Amino acid sequence: MYATHYHRASSVQDALSLKSAAEDSRYLSGGMTLIATMKQRLAAPTDLVDLRHVEAMKGVTVAGRTVRIGAGTTHYDVASSAALAGVCPAICALASHIGDPHVRHMGTIGGSIANNDPAADYPSALLALDAVIVTDRREIGAADFFTGLFETALVEDEIVTAVTFEAPEKAGYAKFPNPASRYAMTGVFVTKGAGGVRVAVTGAGSDGVFRHAGLEQALSARWSPDAVAGVAVDPSNLMADLHASADYRANLVKVMTKRAVAAA
Amino acid sequence: MAKVKMTVNGRQVGSECDDRTLLVHFLRENLGLTGTHVGCDTSQCGTCVVHMDGRSVKSCSILAAQAAGSDIVTIEGLASGGELHPVQAAFKANHGLQCGFCTPGMVMTSVDMIRRHGAALDEATVRAELEGNICRCTGYHNIVQSVLAAAAEMGGAKEAAE
Amino acid sequence: MGVEGIGARVARKEDKRFLTGKGRYTDDMTVPGMKYAFFVRSAYAHARILSIDTAAAEAMPGIIAVLGGKQLQADGIGNLICGWMIHSKDGSPMKMGAWRPLAHETVRYVGDAIAIVVADSLSEARDAAEAVVVEYEVLSAVTQASLALADGQPQIHPEAANNIIFDWQLGDGDATDAALARAAHVTEMKIVNNRLSPNPMEPRATLGIYDDAEDHYTCYTTSQNPHVARLVMSAFYNVAPENKLRVIAPDVGGGFGSKIYIYPEEIVCLWASKKTGVPVKWTSDRTEAFLTDAHGRDHETTVKMAFDADHRIIGLKVDTIANIGAYMSLFSSATPTYLYATLLSGQYDIPAIHANVRAVYTNTAPVDAYRGAGRPEATYVMERTIETAARELGVSPVELRRKNFIRSFPHQTPVIMNYDAGDFDASLDAALAASDYAGFPARKAAAAARGMKRGIGMSCYIEACGIAPSAAVGSLGAGVGLWESAEVRVNAVGTIEVLTGSHSHGQGHETTFAQLIADRFGVPMDNVNIVHGDTDKVQMGMGTYGSRSGAVGMSAIVKALDKVEAKAKKIAAHLMEADESDIVIENGELKVAGTDKTLPWFQVALAAYTAHNLPSGMEPGLKETAFYDPSNFTFPAGCYICEVEVDPETGKTQIVQFVAADDFGNIINPMIVEGQVHGGIAQGIGQALLEAVHYDPANGQLITASYMDYAMPRADDLPSFQLSHQTTPCPSNPLGIKGCGEAGAIGSPPALINAITDAIGNNDLSMPATPQKVWLAANVAH
Repeated sequence: MYATHYHRASSVQDALSLKSAAEDSRYLSGGMTLIATMKQRLAAPTDLVDLRHVEAMKGVTVAGRTVRIGAGTTHYDVASSAALAGVCPAICALASHIGDPHVRHMGTIGGSIANNDPAADYPSALLALDAVIVTDRREIGAADFFTGLFETALVEDEIVTAVTFEAPEKAGYAKFPNPASRYAMTGVFVTKGAGGVRVAVTGAGSDGVFRHAGLEQALSARWSPDAVAGVAVDPSNLMADLHASADYRANLVKVMTKRAVAAA
Repeated sequence: MAKVKMTVNGRQVGSECDDRTLLVHFLRENLGLTGTHVGCDTSQCGTCVVHMDGRSVKSCSILAAQAAGSDIVTIEGLASGGELHPVQAAFKANHGLQCGFCTPGMVMTSVDMIRRHGAALDEATVRAELEGNICRCTGYHNIVQSVLAAAAEMGGAKEAAE
Repeated sequence: MGVEGIGARVARKEDKRFLTGKGRYTDDMTVPGMKYAFFVRSAYAHARILSIDTAAAEAMPGIIAVLGGKQLQADGIGNLICGWMIHSKDGSPMKMGAWRPLAHETVRYVGDAIAIVVADSLSEARDAAEAVVVEYEVLSAVTQASLALADGQPQIHPEAANNIIFDWQLGDGDATDAALARAAHVTEMKIVNNRLSPNPMEPRATLGIYDDAEDHYTCYTTSQNPHVARLVMSAFYNVAPENKLRVIAPDVGGGFGSKIYIYPEEIVCLWASKKTGVPVKWTSDRTEAFLTDAHGRDHETTVKMAFDADHRIIGLKVDTIANIGAYMSLFSSATPTYLYATLLSGQYDIPAIHANVRAVYTNTAPVDAYRGAGRPEATYVMERTIETAARELGVSPVELRRKNFIRSFPHQTPVIMNYDAGDFDASLDAALAASDYAGFPARKAAAAARGMKRGIGMSCYIEACGIAPSAAVGSLGAGVGLWESAEVRVNAVGTIEVLTGSHSHGQGHETTFAQLIADRFGVPMDNVNIVHGDTDKVQMGMGTYGSRSGAVGMSAIVKALDKVEAKAKKIAAHLMEADESDIVIENGELKVAGTDKTLPWFQVALAAYTAHNLPSGMEPGLKETAFYDPSNFTFPAGCYICEVEVDPETGKTQIVQFVAADDFGNIINPMIVEGQVHGGIAQGIGQALLEAVHYDPANGQLITASYMDYAMPRADDLPSFQLSHQTTPCPSNPLGIKGCGEAGAIGSPPALINAITDAIGNNDLSMPATPQKVWLAANVAH
């Protein structure tokens, strides 16, 4: 790791002012990706502003079917929230399979979505849930938030403070992990609710998380695992690597969709 | 360089280190607690697992500065008064270790796992919960047996609420 | 069997330190004034070095020195060598190119060491290493062995035309060709044995300490054989004469072969310590381990197995291309020859065998022995081929194997080995029963009803370990003898220290070896200390690999115990005024048989050291040394049966049952033996299902350089294993031990691939059987 300076923020305001005072700084939440990246010398911020002690950014609240998850809430705390499990167990299940138990104790939903790793789990959930990403200055719909590989709509010093969504009637998530890294080689989050059916795919798209119109149409017509059988998934916009070709990922998109619907 | 203070194995400690110092290196080099190991560069092997404020974490992926003010327990802090912790004893009784290098992380992981699941642990859950810990010697067979034996022994140790 | 004696499941003496964080591994060592090293390594797979500019790096904060290969060479440090001479079939010696500890002319693989940076902290060393400017002329690279030997490919060492190190053969080519010609059926296969990275969880590390007052070096290192390390560094690399070099291998976190070899880093850190005047510690990170630890396997093989009309194997012809990597590692030439082709008879009575092996340089990390070393490759060839033959012939794979089993011992194979004992039917029967083989069709049907494809596969392996008779291996080209040593020191109070040339890095020698003493003398294990891993403490020894520590290491202890016992009996007979032949040792006492005369063990020991009343002419003391040279290899064998379910939608394989039935001869501690089998099977499953080293064929960059891309077996990839033991004691050593360290890794890959190919109905599947590959193969079959 290159040399860096560590700062601990006590509030969102404090974080903003620490960030603006530094030369080339990054916000640090659980650090499960950023510290690893810095260890590999692939990132070299001069300063780190630690958000982990900003209490206002932590916790899950559920009012009726309206869910608010503080950006600083760990994967473990999302996975084990009884209130959240009462309205949207699929997101708890998703969180309970991110990384490993130790990663889940540190990693946060805010950190995950701000990083927008194309193989991360949360982006698919937020896109399928039509969630709103709340920042220190505005609210951004998930569809506008995830803009590409490791790219988001956030501006330089903007802080994700929470995500909110209306729990849908049905939601399910299925992922096929990469045999080595255990990141999603393909993960599919499906929802069915007032806004119709949404199918969001992570781990597969060459531009990051995306919705699949064909699968959504088929499931809108008939909400059943079998409904996806006749849908064609075009491999041309899917990633290919050592572990999975685009064709294999296209197959996984269908299979994981089917299983997510079955789980919903 | 800044002085980082935390509680480690029940003792208040403080030591000067670079802001880029990882918690694992702070423990090993500043405090001489070499039971916590480093086995990979990508936060996957789990040989570095310690408890921070009561939860298992990977000390290779946390800066010492991030851990300032927290309560850390390492493998050296688990046994008390010369008596092995029940998880340590179960690993010994069930031959849950061979070369010993992954062992501290496995034991700290198992203690945390049993804290969360209690005696309800079954083999499939133990195997899933070991996702963040790699062992090259045992084929995990006897590690799984060790965790199950310890969970049965500790039975009521599950914390009522998180 | 006592509670601590031979055959007892004794919990390990060494566990407490590992369980409480008190293990002492090389990276745990710190000495006053110690500095940290980071190596500048080649970014290219093949390049000429035009210049190395260290000026900017040397000016950085905390830097003690930046040292390169020209200085090393000027100081007379030698090149790394391979210690086993193989001659090609034309009689010419193998073509070994130079491996410089620090390259300064040519780099031949990504990760080749170029310079060492020594600094106050590791971070500073790494910062400065980035500032070392190496100017390269990049050359084209080749990573696949079967490509590298073609005309027009990059030439990696000037010594080896077409990159061929040797073109070697074993067996009778004419007889084999004749068998193939008259065969009723020939099964032919092309088989790739995938390249693996050993991945002990403790990365390699070394701490070099030069003491200028004494002109003496100390090397802490992650070694399976510290004496061999000292020998090689003294005799060939010219680091220091043996009396001025102490090598200590403290607790070592797994080896699996990769820590047998001497690597550049030990040599360079010792040399750098002298150059800089400070102790120098280097610890590999995991990516460096992937880049530079010796890899395993990487064979491309064509095999032809000939059957007569009665389905008896009448001939076997094997042609193998072995990838050696960019340099010849210490035992790299033995692995694809005498540790491989000599096992190509398997458990079968085959009258004619011929093997041809070409060893080839490529622009990849050196390849050497990895758990099993040659025997997994041989077993995979045999057991995939016979399974395929059964499918082609439409006969039961069980019965085809049974028909060809060797049943009389000793059995001389056509490929050197003389099997001394075995009962292959016993292991096969045990495995069939444990796996409920007969009930498989019903389980397959039940799985099909759930949409899953269920398959069953087996493997009947034999391997050779307990290496090895020194004269025999010497005649085959080995540069060393493969005996083992032991010294048994009985202290004046009767406690015992055993100094062994074996080295424990997970095998539990501190327990197993102590059990042997407890069994022999009836003293508590707690009164026995096993000392190993330090050349200043322990007499010359050959170390631990090839499952040799039981069969060879413990046999040496037995020999020393024989001498101690004989002397103790003489003393006891003298003290009790009895005949020496009437003395027996029971429960920690020396007794005169048939009388009530008895002396406690400690009193005899004390008498040996007070020397007040010893038999006339006897030397004081009770301490004996023995060197044991085995008379033969040992031949563990067994049968593994694996049952899988394949998800046809994703290609994901789940192992639903894994049965291992092994004959390891006599067993000292069944608990430890079972642990060895568990670990071996897991590595075999890793090879078959998950693991593969991939280089980019276009430029030789390592793609699988971390656990993000190299799939290590994790707990949820594996089932629990069902083990059993069948015992034919080994007639070739005093304890009847065969060895158990590698069997699991040898026997399991073909069982797994046979099961998956059975499940999907497509025999065309290579290791590792990743979900993607299995999905493709399963869908081709439809």
